[in-house]
Amino acid sequence: MQQLLLDKVSFSRDEVPLFTDVEASWPAGSIVQLQGANGAGKTTLLRIIAGLLRPSAGRVSFNEVPSGHYDFLSQLLYLGHQPGVKRSMTPLENLRWYFALNGLKGVQSSARPDEPGYVQALAKVGLRHYEDVPCYQLSAGQQRRVALARLFLSEAPLWLLDEPFTAVDVHGVALLEERIQAHAEQGGLVLLTTHQSWRVAGLEVLDLERFKASGARG
Amino acid sequence: MSGNLPAPGSALRAMFRHECALQLRNRSELYNPLLFFTSIIVFVPLGISPEAGFLKQLAPGMVWIIALLSVLLSLDRVFQADFEDGSLEQALLSGQSGYMLVLAKVLVHWLFTGLPLTLLSPVLGIMLALPAEAYGCLMLSLFFGSGALCFIGAVGAALTVSLRRGGLLLSLIIIPLYVPVLIFGSGAVSAAAIGDSYGATLAVVVAFWLAALMLAPFAALGALKINLAE
Amino acid sequence: MNWQWFHRLGSPKWFYEKTTPWLPWLGFSALILLTVGAVWGLGFAPADAKQGNSYRIIFIHVPASFIALAGYYIMAISGAIGLIWRMKLAYMTMKAAAPIGAVFTFVSLVTGAIWGKPTWGTWWEWDARITSMLVLFFLYLGVIALQQSFSSRDAADKTGAVLSLVGTVNIPIIYKSVDWWYSLHQPATLKIVGKSSIDASMAYPLLTMILAFYLFYAWLLLTQTRVEILDRERRSQWVKAILLKPKLQEAA
Repeated sequence: MQQLLLDKVSFSRDEVPLFTDVEASWPAGSIVQLQGANGAGKTTLLRIIAGLLRPSAGRVSFNEVPSGHYDFLSQLLYLGHQPGVKRSMTPLENLRWYFALNGLKGVQSSARPDEPGYVQALAKVGLRHYEDVPCYQLSAGQQRRVALARLFLSEAPLWLLDEPFTAVDVHGVALLEERIQAHAEQGGLVLLTTHQSWRVAGLEVLDLERFKASGARG
Repeated sequence: MSGNLPAPGSALRAMFRHECALQLRNRSELYNPLLFFTSIIVFVPLGISPEAGFLKQLAPGMVWIIALLSVLLSLDRVFQADFEDGSLEQALLSGQSGYMLVLAKVLVHWLFTGLPLTLLSPVLGIMLALPAEAYGCLMLSLFFGSGALCFIGAVGAALTVSLRRGGLLLSLIIIPLYVPVLIFGSGAVSAAAIGDSYGATLAVVVAFWLAALMLAPFAALGALKINLAE
Repeated sequence: MNWQWFHRLGSPKWFYEKTTPWLPWLGFSALILLTVGAVWGLGFAPADAKQGNSYRIIFIHVPASFIALAGYYIMAISGAIGLIWRMKLAYMTMKAAAPIGAVFTFVSLVTGAIWGKPTWGTWWEWDARITSMLVLFFLYLGVIALQQSFSSRDAADKTGAVLSLVGTVNIPIIYKSVDWWYSLHQPATLKIVGKSSIDASMAYPLLTMILAFYLFYAWLLLTQTRVEILDRERRSQWVKAILLKPKLQEAA
């Protein structure tokens, strides 16, 4: 049984506590939205789960593999504020690079997508005919969507998406909703933050305000 | 659950190709260290003396120091762009070996700075009246020496990667670490210039290169992770 | 083996309270030994046959050089402990050790230059030891500058630790390289300071001074680490209690 487990995760930056004892677990197939005011630590928690940050206390594990571990990373797709799209490269080249390192990350499969797969994924995010245009000629929104095209290919069991809907139009949001839903139905687990309104069936919410640390320490 | 990633070899090849393509597309950044390397040489005769006998003595050390400065100036872009656009975290979260990724990046950086510097160095040797016997040694010492400089410098570049204006700081922290490479690199060329045997000295430079190649990526990787946790 | 003391080090509060009674002992013994060593070395030790009285600067120069090098290792080892065991106290010690070590290195350089003037007739000589010491000084400055340029304390601590470890690996290489370099360039006229065995009448005051400097260094490091503890833990109750105690007593 695949399950993401947050075990009493606390984080403080330079002795200033951000959240304490976040406790949660979700089975495979869940779609979870992190909520909280600006500065509540949504991005921080996502980065902790991804293993980019070390929690001050507590543990994160996916399928009993601790975060940051090789077997954890090989199941992970993480999309941060900066999506890792090279401006001097074309969308196609960017996707090729990403999947050359990551592969599809499907269960037991080290396959990479093929060229038609890349083109299709780019078409899904509205970049048909832009496959070979260097990204610096694309708008900020279009560059962002190059990264989103990864979602239409990746089979990674755990998706961590930081503001995936930024700079995406209504139609694009609908397509993403559909894709996220489909991924969850296939047994994927999706954690995301967003400021935009969106709808999927069975959305769970983790409100970080509940774990807000009280100012002074003992 | 493991074994669902692309094989390390194919990932490394892709990384290598990607890095090379990136270097080729940012050509102006590529030329700058080389232009610096060849243009600053004008200062030497103008600032010191144009007399061949004098320049001859100066040449081995001068070419080495200028090469070292060129590498130093090129270092801040090894990881900077990748850090800022998120490619770095994507690469490190892919599950591929971080050591290999850093190794590939620095190797490509050397390929596009250290190697051209090595190839250009005879021109500088001629302009500084370097004796004919020393050219082989100059190129060999710079071939390995610039590799060592790139790898040692990568640690500094990684340490300062999240700092907006890290360039000068990077030089400050790396200069002391460059001392041994400079001593043995220019020492070998000096020996060659006066017809002495330089094999043992050159071997030390190769040893530095090997040690830096093996150890520096670990330190750089650790430093990058610290900066990503900012 | 009982490792409890090691785990206790994880608590800056425990360390702070434990070391409070040590400070006067360390401080006074350092002061006494410094006085004894200085009076003995400057006043009673015989003058050198070749250098006359100018050699007496070694009573500061040599101990300062010892501390300069040892201080770098103490800084790097603290950093390593911080990285490996994620011990906050170790980072505080590391941060405190950097400027202290840099000052001792600077003292060593300046006294070396002052010694050089009557001995070699010049303030600065590219001698192997002086050159190594200068590189060591730059290594210290690098660590300090790196630590200071991060706004996040966490990143400052960790990058500082990595850099001092890289420096530690390099120090022996730098020293050996500079020695080798000097053996190539050494001018024959500079061989005034040969490796002559030092007479007991000079050695004992020198040893006293070395011991005194070590104690002084320990006192400085401890004081600075404690300052760092108070600064970093200033939000905690126990620090507030300590700092406010005198004021509360005044009020009462």
